[in-house]
Amino acid sequence: MAALGLRESATFDRATIADIQRAAATGVYDIRGWGAKRRVPHFDDLLFLGASMSRYPLEGYREKCDTDVVLGDRHASKPLHLQIPVTIAGMSFGALSANAKEALGRGASEVGTSTTTGDGGMTPEERGQSRHLVYQYLPSRYGMNPDDLRKADAIEIVLGQGAKPGGGGMLLGQKITERVAGMRTLPVGIDQRSASRHPDWTGPDDLEIKIGELREITDWKTPIYVKIGASRPYYDTALAVKAGADVVVVDGMQGGTAATQQVFIENVGIPTLAAIPQAVQALQELGVHRKVQLIVSGCIRTGADVAKAMALGADAVAIGTAALIALGDNDPRYAAEYAALGSAPGFYDDFQDGRDPAGITTQDPELASRLDPIAGGRRLANYLRVLTMEAQTIARACGKSHLHNLEPEDLVALTIEASAMARVPLAGTSWIPGAGQGTL
Amino acid sequence: MCGIAALQLRNPSLHPRMGSLLSSMLCQIVDRGPDSAGLAVYDTPGLVSDGTSTVSLLGKHHGMEIDGILTSLNDMLSPDARSTVKIIGDTTLISAAVPTALLVKAVGETLPASTIIGRGEHVAVMKGVGHPMDIAAHHGLESMAGSQGLSHTRMATESAVTASGSHPFSVADDLCLVHNGSFSNHATVRRNLEREGVVFDSDNDTEVGARYIASRLQQGDTLEEALINLGKVLDGFYTLVVTTADSMAVVRDPIACKPAILAETEDYVAMASEYRALAALPGIERARIFEPEPGKVYTWSL
Amino acid sequence: MVTLMAPDATAPTSDSSTDVRPGSDAGDTTTDLDTASVRDLNQALHDSVGAASWTVTKPGGKHSLAVGITADVDVTIEGHAGYYAAGMLQKGRVTINGNAGVGLAENIMSGTVHVRGDASQSAAATGHGGLVVIDGNAGARCGISMKGVDIVVGGNIGHMSAFMAQAGRLVVCGDAGDALGDSIYEARIYVRGSVASLGADCIEKPMRAEHLEELGALLAAAGRSEDPSDFRRYGSARNLYHFHVDNSTAY
Repeated sequence: MAALGLRESATFDRATIADIQRAAATGVYDIRGWGAKRRVPHFDDLLFLGASMSRYPLEGYREKCDTDVVLGDRHASKPLHLQIPVTIAGMSFGALSANAKEALGRGASEVGTSTTTGDGGMTPEERGQSRHLVYQYLPSRYGMNPDDLRKADAIEIVLGQGAKPGGGGMLLGQKITERVAGMRTLPVGIDQRSASRHPDWTGPDDLEIKIGELREITDWKTPIYVKIGASRPYYDTALAVKAGADVVVVDGMQGGTAATQQVFIENVGIPTLAAIPQAVQALQELGVHRKVQLIVSGCIRTGADVAKAMALGADAVAIGTAALIALGDNDPRYAAEYAALGSAPGFYDDFQDGRDPAGITTQDPELASRLDPIAGGRRLANYLRVLTMEAQTIARACGKSHLHNLEPEDLVALTIEASAMARVPLAGTSWIPGAGQGTL
Repeated sequence: MCGIAALQLRNPSLHPRMGSLLSSMLCQIVDRGPDSAGLAVYDTPGLVSDGTSTVSLLGKHHGMEIDGILTSLNDMLSPDARSTVKIIGDTTLISAAVPTALLVKAVGETLPASTIIGRGEHVAVMKGVGHPMDIAAHHGLESMAGSQGLSHTRMATESAVTASGSHPFSVADDLCLVHNGSFSNHATVRRNLEREGVVFDSDNDTEVGARYIASRLQQGDTLEEALINLGKVLDGFYTLVVTTADSMAVVRDPIACKPAILAETEDYVAMASEYRALAALPGIERARIFEPEPGKVYTWSL
Repeated sequence: MVTLMAPDATAPTSDSSTDVRPGSDAGDTTTDLDTASVRDLNQALHDSVGAASWTVTKPGGKHSLAVGITADVDVTIEGHAGYYAAGMLQKGRVTINGNAGVGLAENIMSGTVHVRGDASQSAAATGHGGLVVIDGNAGARCGISMKGVDIVVGGNIGHMSAFMAQAGRLVVCGDAGDALGDSIYEARIYVRGSVASLGADCIEKPMRAEHLEELGALLAAAGRSEDPSDFRRYGSARNLYHFHVDNSTAY
């Protein structure tokens, strides 16, 4: 096109034009999966300051660099003790196939970390295959069952999700099979909507009472997490702590979803990078940093991302989209099938559609059978090990014998935006834009 | 995000027990807001008296000795005004036998750095940061008599945990407002009021509600009309209690998520965030207990 | 910079040896919540193997009373209860001789809850099964997201009741508030009095013999004497089951 001298509009680019054409043809907003695709300031914009003379590095592969983490020991008598600080985020049976859920449980258990249910209840497969299982407690309460609540190793009260803070979930009819519908008490094949607010409490004062009820039902044994979509993480983290949370989970705007309006995914919430310092500041001011643990999710892909999140103050991270890719999502070997769906490996985001060639975001028995839960679990375990080893490599280089000893002073930023958001200096300077002017 | 307890005593024989009853109610709503608290009491002997105006100031230190304050007030108001200064807990009460607006002006000029948290001929307002029961004890609520009382415990959402951010907000003579919930367009309403010349003391969303009502009352609205108009302008979630010299009003937003429960007998009207705050009131077993309907304004007069 | 207060971080401890007193008959226990804690009460109920009866005195509007019961027990609360009374009940019967706060019997699975007074908002929210009887009025959002529970209300119910109700039956002997049954799925609603307004996708449906029979059984189970033929039935028009451009204003 360029050779013809044609000029593409930066404002009305081809994706925008296609969006307008699609809206005009259908009259309904676009619903898709994945997370935000726009470029935002990111962990990629941070670098570590490895040790040399002023600080000493640890010997790689020889000197110990621990990775374990205890989650939820503030009020619960049975906190989780995980071997690595990388956990699997909540993804529902319904959004994912039973095989995919089983594979996540297998992979997480193999390396000693936790996996999480989603909107729609707990399946026996995932409970059976998950050594540490976090049970999500959501506004819809689909499949919510006190027996499962007591079987859970932790309870995660979900207020919001990074992909859609303030919005409810949805699951389209293609995926509401008999089993999914049965678990959610819904008619088969309908387009399911989920509420955006919990049905029996609103606000932190009532949440405190709700947490009290969940603790009474579980006899104060089970840790209680509160998950928020990052929009005002300073206030929301503080309020979660005041309401009695053992663990706060902050999901940045790049966090994934199975089905959400595209306008929501791309335009609501703040980047993960900007959310962490705000949440940490709230915890520090309340005197509970490291006592109420912080789990961060939304765009964790590499061991460097893990280490950067932890250096900024997270106790652990959670992965969703990356775990699905590890299982086989967007695999080039299904290129022809992606093409038939109007997509391509690396671009496929129609998780709402139920026709996932990789057999992960589907309820179609034939497609789902493509994912072997044992092999999938092995791939996930491999990936989790790599994330951990990568994070350890960086931590050792920074002279740390435990990942938790990474700190913001180990980081510098490459861009002014990342420097301001992460509150670490621009590389080669001592300048943090906005510092000293009151961060909040 | 907060707890509210309010009490209007219709039977004068209960007036001596106002403070102890309000204190027992407050005790049950502490969990809803452990950050800070505020109290408003009406017609409490020793704090306010007929024929005089009283201004409540946040804190007890204002950079000037009491004698200096009195000298300044006497100069401005004349000694006939019989100005007095009292320290109650962390609150300073200044009274004088002059119209309230005049006293507010004189106090403002005498102590320009102070924050006025209450004004009128009937009300005294007290606020503090910390455990609500400590604040109540510090001010001696238990032994206060009175015709009405309003208490609030706060879990700050987006504004600072400071005494000046505590409720009630009292921004016009004998008017107090407390709020549970959060307004979602308060910044816009604040800007509009500021354009009309209204001055704010805090960054709190509730103060916007209080200033809005004061502005409507000044324009001639009844209390009920002012609350109906508030519902048209302020968006979000709220349970509000408003008190004036002789009345009390309760309103919830049309979605009505934030709790409110009322108990009414021949002797009193009581409002609280939760029933447990009402449980110890006298004759509660015979009270009419009900939750306010969404969007409906309820008013009671002494 | 905003300064925050340090949180209160103490967990209650249970000392059931002193405060929960079994009666002379091992099947009859009284817990006085003036002296015992809610933790004591719930732990004792969770430890119970069933076929026992409990009386809870001086509840004082406390929260989370008799939650998470799994044994076949009879619990009677003598007074008003706070939030989430009888929450997630799986077995047995809980009677409240007073009013109930927000979220009465939320997510009830089975068993029976009977409130002799009024219930606050979100009564029987997301209940999966069992029977909740409220002799007085229920507040807003009664039966919100109900998933199989049966609810019988002697008086009126507030606005947005049976919002997104998926399954089960809601019987209202008095009047219903605004937006009844908004976005309802397969639950059925019977109202004897007036309905202020119906929510999106909720319509009146004919009362057939099977509905009269079903309603009669529910009223009988709740100990009520109303005539089923005085009620009207409401349910889903099923127009919102699939996203469609023509329904865009209803979402």
